[in-house]
Amino acid sequence: MSTTLMDTTAPATTWPDWFAAQQQAALAEYENSPDPTRKDEAWRFANLKALDLSAFVPAEPVASEGRLINASTGLGDTSAKLILGNNTLLHREASALPAGVIFEPLETAAATHADLFKKYFMAQPVELGSRKFAALHKARVAGGAFLYVPANTSVSLPVEIFQWVEGANASVFPHTLIVCGENSSVTVVDYFKSADKLPAFACGVNDLHLDRGAKLTYIAVQDWSRETTAFHINSTVVDRDATCTALIANFGGAYIRGESLSRLVGEGSRSEMFSINPVEGTREIDQRTLQDHVAPRATSDLLYLNALDDKSRTIFAGLIKVEPGAAGTDAYQKVKNLILSDDADPNSMPGLEILNDEVRCSHGATNGPVSADELFYMEARGIAKDQARRLIVNGFFNNLLERLENETLRAHLETLVAARLAVA
Amino acid sequence: MSLKIENLHANIGVREILKGLNLEIPKGQVHAIMGKNGSGKSTLAKVMAGHPDYEVTGGSVSLDGLNLFDMEEPDQRSRAGLFVAFQYPMEIPGVTIANFIRAALQARLPEGEELDAVEYYGELYKKMDALKIDRSFTSRAVNEGFSGGEKKRCEVLQMAMLNPVYAVLDETDSGLDIDALRIVSEGVNAMRSPERGFLVITHYQRLLEYIVPDVVHVMVDGRIVMSGDKTLAHKLEAEGYDWVEKETLTNA
Repeated sequence: MSTTLMDTTAPATTWPDWFAAQQQAALAEYENSPDPTRKDEAWRFANLKALDLSAFVPAEPVASEGRLINASTGLGDTSAKLILGNNTLLHREASALPAGVIFEPLETAAATHADLFKKYFMAQPVELGSRKFAALHKARVAGGAFLYVPANTSVSLPVEIFQWVEGANASVFPHTLIVCGENSSVTVVDYFKSADKLPAFACGVNDLHLDRGAKLTYIAVQDWSRETTAFHINSTVVDRDATCTALIANFGGAYIRGESLSRLVGEGSRSEMFSINPVEGTREIDQRTLQDHVAPRATSDLLYLNALDDKSRTIFAGLIKVEPGAAGTDAYQKVKNLILSDDADPNSMPGLEILNDEVRCSHGATNGPVSADELFYMEARGIAKDQARRLIVNGFFNNLLERLENETLRAHLETLVAARLAVA
Repeated sequence: MSLKIENLHANIGVREILKGLNLEIPKGQVHAIMGKNGSGKSTLAKVMAGHPDYEVTGGSVSLDGLNLFDMEEPDQRSRAGLFVAFQYPMEIPGVTIANFIRAALQARLPEGEELDAVEYYGELYKKMDALKIDRSFTSRAVNEGFSGGEKKRCEVLQMAMLNPVYAVLDETDSGLDIDALRIVSEGVNAMRSPERGFLVITHYQRLLEYIVPDVVHVMVDGRIVMSGDKTLAHKLEAEGYDWVEKETLTNA
């Protein structure tokens, strides 16, 4: 196995020199880091064969720019939109944003807002196993999205980001960096899409930073081709009284490795970590999470839903860590596996590490089939078994979507989930 | 044209519950089955619907000459015109009533034909209003967190939307207060027609004050042992079931 890309020559980018130098160092780190082994706790149960990256090549500039821009449709009403394809900006609409909001390709932001970029870009340590791939990401990141919402600014309509990959074995390095100033609020929907059904490689990072009292709803709709290998490394930092709701929907990919770290650094902060994962065929989703309670009286609530059909496989390994100073912590972690086939393989490893006595924590994992009673009830109304099963799976995910406050957004996601299940 | 049950035998596990049941409901009539707990009333409803826990070991059920047991899957029976309102309707988390009924109607359309959404909601609201079900229920998950009465009203709503040829109502009166009983009964009565037959299964005569049956049957130990007009229901209410059992034994 080789986790080295076939071709590691750097594509042409417009990063400032100081960052290009950091990329050189990151490339060296990537090349010199050992490959993961199953002896590493963070790679327990992992399918290491899926990490063979030797077939992947740098992405060419996109050939079907117009088609991808036209296909970048999400919510009807948005306040801004950024469309990137193969690590390059294709289109930007940002005229409806309030004054002071910065919404640009990351590469542009590194030059025009170097101070912000330096402060927040990949500022969190990678703790969930993929340091090597985070280094690869840093070495190759291009394009990307940067959103900065200044203090006391509310962006009323959602912001949408589309990050496309096109071409056989193309490699993309999507990055979304969101910085929410004090008492600001914004909703972001981040779509990861393939222009074709070909194999591709994505190695993405997103960083979410919430200053005091900020409110961020971040939705990632991962819809890569069913042949794609992808890493998504998420980190969230939530300061005092701020609330982050992050939902990751994994619709696509042959192999997905997701790592989500949420660090509650301010008193009274709140982090909701949700994920919905319909998996079938031989697809595999490996998710590792950490809810790190640093500050007192913070709340974290994690709910991951997997519906596994055929010979699909999921891994969930989650840790709630309550640091000594985090008195009054409320932390919840739950993974539910809906098992649709005898050959499906769910693996759940919930965990707690509590260094303070004054906490309320719960964690758990459940496995269960579709209820025979529910199925019978639907069939008794004339709905054929396959369709009834699909509705029940749909309902399983809708239960989580109900947790989203914004009704338009919820309806949009319900439509996406229903469409996704209809073509499964 | 009738719903005809002939010499029906059915087991749950190794235990025989239905032991040669005969019953015919001509189209246009309402028949009631009364009987004590454990007499097999609910089993009859579930067996007709095709519940997988029950095994039919003999006999037949036909809908206007169509053999029900030729249709193995419950959904086929439903689409053929049978509706069973269950005593304990299931909760389906995350699936809204509107989507549930819509899927059931969509399943009745030919491949490629789409249900007209505007027309559908118009019809749904009309029937909800008649059953005094708040319109906000359309976006609630099926039966989840419903009171007993709400569940039963929701069963009748489904029946009204699906327009069955034969409807079996299993203990639809249980869990209903008097106002709900009246509303549900009005809903059923509004659907009485020469083109439809009803089998009302109940424990109490009370329901039959509202849904007046053409024929009342008494079920004992998996068989219909006595049939009569609505006055039979009054007699059962007043005197209980013991005399029926004695009389049946005497006749046997």
